[in-house]
Amino acid sequence: MLAYLLRRLFAAAVMLAVIILVVFSIFFLVPKWAGVDIATSFVGKQADPAAVEAVRTKLGLSDPIFIQVWHFFKGIFVGRTYAAGGDVTHCSAPCFGYSFRSEQAVWPVLTDRFPVTLGLALGAAVLWLVFGVAAGVLSALKRGSMWDRSAMVIALGGVSLPIYFTGLLSLAIFSYGLGWIDGKYVPLSQSVGGYLGGMILPWVTLAFLYAAMYARITRATMLEILGEDYIRTARAKGLKEQVVIGKHAMRSTMTPILTMLGMDLGALIGGAILTETTFSLPGLGQAVLTAIKNQDLPIILGVTLITSLAVLIANLVVDVLYAVIDPRVRLA
Amino acid sequence: MTELSKTGAAVGEPTSASPAPTSFLEVRDLKVHFPTDDGLVKSVDGLSFKLEKGKTLGIVGESGSGKSVTSLGIMGLHTAGQYGKRKAQISGEIWLDGTELLTADPDEVRKLRGRNMAMIFQDPLSALHPYYTIGQQIVEAYRIHHDVDKKTARRRAVEMLDRVGIPQPDKRVDSYPHEFSGGMRQRAMIAMSLVNNPELLIADEPTTALDVTVQAQILDLIRDLQKEFGSAVIIITHDLGVVAELADDILVMYGGRCVERGPAEKVFYEPRHPYTWGLLGSMPRLDREQQERLIPVKGSPPSLINVPSGCAFNPRCPYADIPKDNVTRTVRPELTEVGSQHWAACHMTQEQRERIWTEEIAPKL
Amino acid sequence: MSIPAQSEGPLVTKADAAPGDTLLKVTGLQKHFPIKKGLLQRQVGAVHAVDGIDFEVKAGETLGVVGESGCGKSTMGRLITRLLEPTGGKVEFEGKDITHLGVSGMRPLRRDVQMIFQDPYSSLNPRHTIGTIVGAPFRLQGVEPEGGIKKEVQRLLSVVGLNPEHYNRYPHEFSGGQRQRIGIARALALNPKLVVADEPVSALDVSIQAQVVNLLDDLQQELGLTYVIIAHDLSVVRHVSDRIAVMYLGKIVELADRESLYRAPMHPYTKALMSAVPIPDPRRKNAKSERILLKGDVPSPISPPSGCRFHTRCWKATEICKTTEPILVELRTGQQVACHHPENFEDQAPQDTVLLTVAKEAAELVADEVLAESAETSAAVAAEVAEASSEAAAVSDETSDSTGSTEAEAGAQESTDGQN
Repeated sequence: MLAYLLRRLFAAAVMLAVIILVVFSIFFLVPKWAGVDIATSFVGKQADPAAVEAVRTKLGLSDPIFIQVWHFFKGIFVGRTYAAGGDVTHCSAPCFGYSFRSEQAVWPVLTDRFPVTLGLALGAAVLWLVFGVAAGVLSALKRGSMWDRSAMVIALGGVSLPIYFTGLLSLAIFSYGLGWIDGKYVPLSQSVGGYLGGMILPWVTLAFLYAAMYARITRATMLEILGEDYIRTARAKGLKEQVVIGKHAMRSTMTPILTMLGMDLGALIGGAILTETTFSLPGLGQAVLTAIKNQDLPIILGVTLITSLAVLIANLVVDVLYAVIDPRVRLA
Repeated sequence: MTELSKTGAAVGEPTSASPAPTSFLEVRDLKVHFPTDDGLVKSVDGLSFKLEKGKTLGIVGESGSGKSVTSLGIMGLHTAGQYGKRKAQISGEIWLDGTELLTADPDEVRKLRGRNMAMIFQDPLSALHPYYTIGQQIVEAYRIHHDVDKKTARRRAVEMLDRVGIPQPDKRVDSYPHEFSGGMRQRAMIAMSLVNNPELLIADEPTTALDVTVQAQILDLIRDLQKEFGSAVIIITHDLGVVAELADDILVMYGGRCVERGPAEKVFYEPRHPYTWGLLGSMPRLDREQQERLIPVKGSPPSLINVPSGCAFNPRCPYADIPKDNVTRTVRPELTEVGSQHWAACHMTQEQRERIWTEEIAPKL
Repeated sequence: MSIPAQSEGPLVTKADAAPGDTLLKVTGLQKHFPIKKGLLQRQVGAVHAVDGIDFEVKAGETLGVVGESGCGKSTMGRLITRLLEPTGGKVEFEGKDITHLGVSGMRPLRRDVQMIFQDPYSSLNPRHTIGTIVGAPFRLQGVEPEGGIKKEVQRLLSVVGLNPEHYNRYPHEFSGGQRQRIGIARALALNPKLVVADEPVSALDVSIQAQVVNLLDDLQQELGLTYVIIAHDLSVVRHVSDRIAVMYLGKIVELADRESLYRAPMHPYTKALMSAVPIPDPRRKNAKSERILLKGDVPSPISPPSGCRFHTRCWKATEICKTTEPILVELRTGQQVACHHPENFEDQAPQDTVLLTVAKEAAELVADEVLAESAETSAAVAAEVAEASSEAAAVSDETSDSTGSTEAEAGAQESTDGQN
C-alpha cells in the first residue's frame, strides 16, 4: 500500500515537472518563434525602445532558453529577483511573475481567486454526489417504474441543457423574479450567510448538470453490479436487502463514480468559466477569461499551472481511494 | 382430500394442499416462470421431490433444463434479485423441516438462508466479493445469524478454513479472493457456506470451473463434510460422473420437468427414460473399453419459452412413435413408478422400455 | 483457381501427404510471455507457458493433448498454427520450417492449417451471416471454388450437418452445438491438412458434445484430416485420439498411443489425472482407495519448480526429482515418458530413495501464495530442502552427480560430504 502510494506520488511529481516545462515552452517560446516580442507587449505598443530594452533585461528575455526555464522553475520554488541596472524587484516564492497589465504579482491574484473556485467546485460536488448517486441507485432498484423513467428524462435534460441557460433561468426566477436570493458573491470570511446565499444558485446549477451525469452512470453501474454472482452470494448468506445494496453493491458501484469525480473536480477547479461568468463569481475562470482577452501571459500561465496541479492532486486522491476500495489495485 | 391423496398415490407424488410432510425437504409441484419480452419462460414446470438429512440428491440436466432455477427457488433467491415489474412467478410448495417457504414471511425465509440452508456456486471467483477479504466474508456470514463479537467470529472463520483444508488458515483468512487459486477459492466458499452448520447444502455445479485433480479434492471434501455435519445435500451438475460419486438419489431434468428420478444405482443401471439413455450414451467413459462411437441425442435442448407439446423430449426421442395415437406429441407424460422409489415420465410401457434398454442401449454402452 | 476435390460430391483425401508421413514436427518449442513492470516496463520475469516440447504429428492421425489449466496446451495450439510466434524451438510443417514466418509467409499455409476454437459464442462475428463466415476463407485466400462460393458454402454446411438453406442466417439464431458446427465448416472450407481444435466440445452440453465428437470423427475418415485436439477432458481425448500427449507446466510429461497410456500410464501425473476423473458408475462410489488425490494446486508457471516440475505434488518424488529434470524418453514402444520413477516400469533412478516429504509440504504451502511472492518461492523451498536433506542420514551418490545451482543442492551436497 505504501509502495503504491509512493509510486503514485513520484509519478505525480514527474508529471508536474513535465507540465511546467511544456506550459513554459508554449507561453514563452511560441510567441518568440511567432515573432511576437514579449517585452514590447509588456510595455505597450507605443513604448520607447529604451524602456522595452530595460524590460527585456529585467525579465531575462534575452537569456538562453534553458536559463529562462531554470529561472522560472527557481521562481516557483525559491523565488527570484528581477534586476535591470538599479531597478531591482524581488519576487518571493512561489513566484509566477507579474501581470503584464496590472503589473501585480500573479501569485496573490491566484490565491485570491482560488478559494472562490474551490468553494464552487466542492460545494457543487457534494450536492451532485448526494443527489445524483441517490437518484441513480433508486432508478436502478425501481427499474422500469415511473420514478425511473421520469428521473432519467430529467437527467437527460440536465445533461443536455447548457449552464448559461439553466444558470440564467435560475437567476431570472429566484433572484430577479422572486427576489429570494441576492445573488452577489460574499467571501466566506465576511459572512457565512452571505456566502451561502451567493453560492447557492451556482452550486445548484452546476450540480444539476453533473448530478444528471452521475445519476445515469450510477444507475447503469448498479444494474450491472446487481447481476453479479457475489450479490447473489450475499443474499444467499441471509443478508438483509438493505445491506446487500448498501454495502456489497454500493462499494463496487463507487469505483467508476470515483474515477469520474477525480476528473470532474480537477477540471472544475481549473475554472468553471461558464458558471463563474454567469453568476459573476470572482474565480479563476473569470481571471483566465480576462487574461486571455488582454493577452496577459503570466496570469494564463499561472492559472494553467494551478489547474494542472489541481487535476494531478484530484487524480492522486482518487488513485488512493481506489486502492482503499479495490484491493486488487494495490498489486498493480 | 381422499381424491387428492388417491392421485398422489397413483403417481407416487403427493399433490398440493396435503399436510406438512415428514421428510426434511419436500418440494411439491414447484413452478418457476419468468415473464420476458419473448414470452413466459417456464424454467421449472412442476417439479416434486423429497430429501432426507444425511442424504445427497443429484440433479442432472443440460443448460436450460431448469436445474439451477430449482435451487434458486428453494433458497428464495429467484425474486430477491429482481427489481422492477418483471418478477418471477413461483407456485407449489417447498417444505423445509416443517416450514413452507413460499408462503412464509420473506424475512423469515431470509433468516433461514445461510443458517438452515446454504449454497455453493459454480464460479468461486465471481461468487466472492472481490473487495472484501475471505475472512471478512466468512465473518459476515457467521454474524448475520450469530450474535457474537468480531473476534469470536474470526476464530470461527479460521477454524472453518482449517477444516476445509486451507493451509495456514490464520494467515490466509486476511487474503482477498484474487490471491487464492481456483481450488482454494472453492474451499473458502465451502467454508463460508458451512460456517453456520446448515442442514441443507445446495451445490450448483461446484466443480465445473475447476481442474480435474482439484475437482477430485473438492468432491472428496464435500463427501467428508457431509458425513461430518450430517446435512442434506443437493448437488446440481451436468456431469454424470460427479453425481455417481456423490449422490444417493438422482433426478434427471429436461425442459423444466423431472423425467426420471430414483436411487443412483437404478438410474445408472436400469434407466427408464430415453433421455437418460441419451445422456449415458453421449458420454465417453474412461472406465470401459473404448467405444467405437458415441450414441448422441439428436437435435438440441428445447427453448423454455416454447416447450414442445406432449412429452418435451419427443422431437429428439428415437422412440417417439412407439406409443400409439401420437400420444407423445399431445399428452404430457406423468411420472409413474417403474420400480421401488424409481419414477420415470414416458409414454412407452414398462416392458417396451425394459426391452429397448436391455437389448438396444445397454450393450452399446 | 479451384480445388477440384472440393467441388466433387464425394469427399476425397488430399493426396500430398500419405498417411503415416510426418506432417508436423515440433522440436524444443518454447513460448515465454514476458512480465513487465514499472515506468520503464522492465522485464521482471516470464510466464513459461510452453517450455521446450518435442513431438510429431503423422498425417491422418489424431494427437490428443491433455492437461490442466495453465499447462500451456492452448498456447501450444496457437504456436503450431502460428497464431503466436515461438520464443524458441522449431515448428516444421511438411518439412518446411514455419517457426518465424511472417504474415505473408504464413498465408499459403493458412490454407493447410486450420483452427477450431472453444467458445462457439465468441468466435463467430455476430454481424455476419453464416454464408459470409464460412465463405470468408475463400475470399481471404482468393480461391474461387467451382460452382461459386455460395454453392461450396452450402455444401460445407450440409457436410457438417447443418441445413444449407440457413446460409443467410446470423449466428445468434443457432444453438451452441450448431455454432460449433459452423466453426468446423469454416475450418474445413479450404480443405486443410491439419486441424487444430482447442477444447472443441467443452462449452457444449453433454448430449451435444457427442454429436460434435462424432462429426469430427466422420470428417476425419471422409477427408483424411489430421487433428491435434486439445482438451482438459480425459474421456473425450481418449475417445478421439490415436496418440495422446500429457502436459504439465509447459512440458510434455508423457506421450504415448492411446491404449498404452490408458492401460498402463507411466508418469505419476498421468496416473493421478486419470484416477481423478469421476467415473459415472455409482457402484464404484466407495472405491476411494483407487484414487490418487494430488495435494495443492499447479505451481505458478512464472517460477516453475526445479528439476521435474511435478515433484512438488508427486508422491514418488525423491532428491533427484528436485535437482535433475527428467528427459522425455521412449521406455516402451510408442510410449515416451519424462520421469525418474515411472509407474508400471522399472525405476530409472533406483538408488535415489530419499523422499522429499519436507520439501513437498513446503512447496505445497508456498505454491498457493500470491504471484507476487512466487519469486521467493524457490529460495524458501530451497532452504527447507537443505534442512531436510541434512537431517536425512543417507543421501545417495546420485545427488552429487546431478547438476544444479540452487542453494538447496549446495546444502545437500555439503551434508553428503560430511557423511562421507
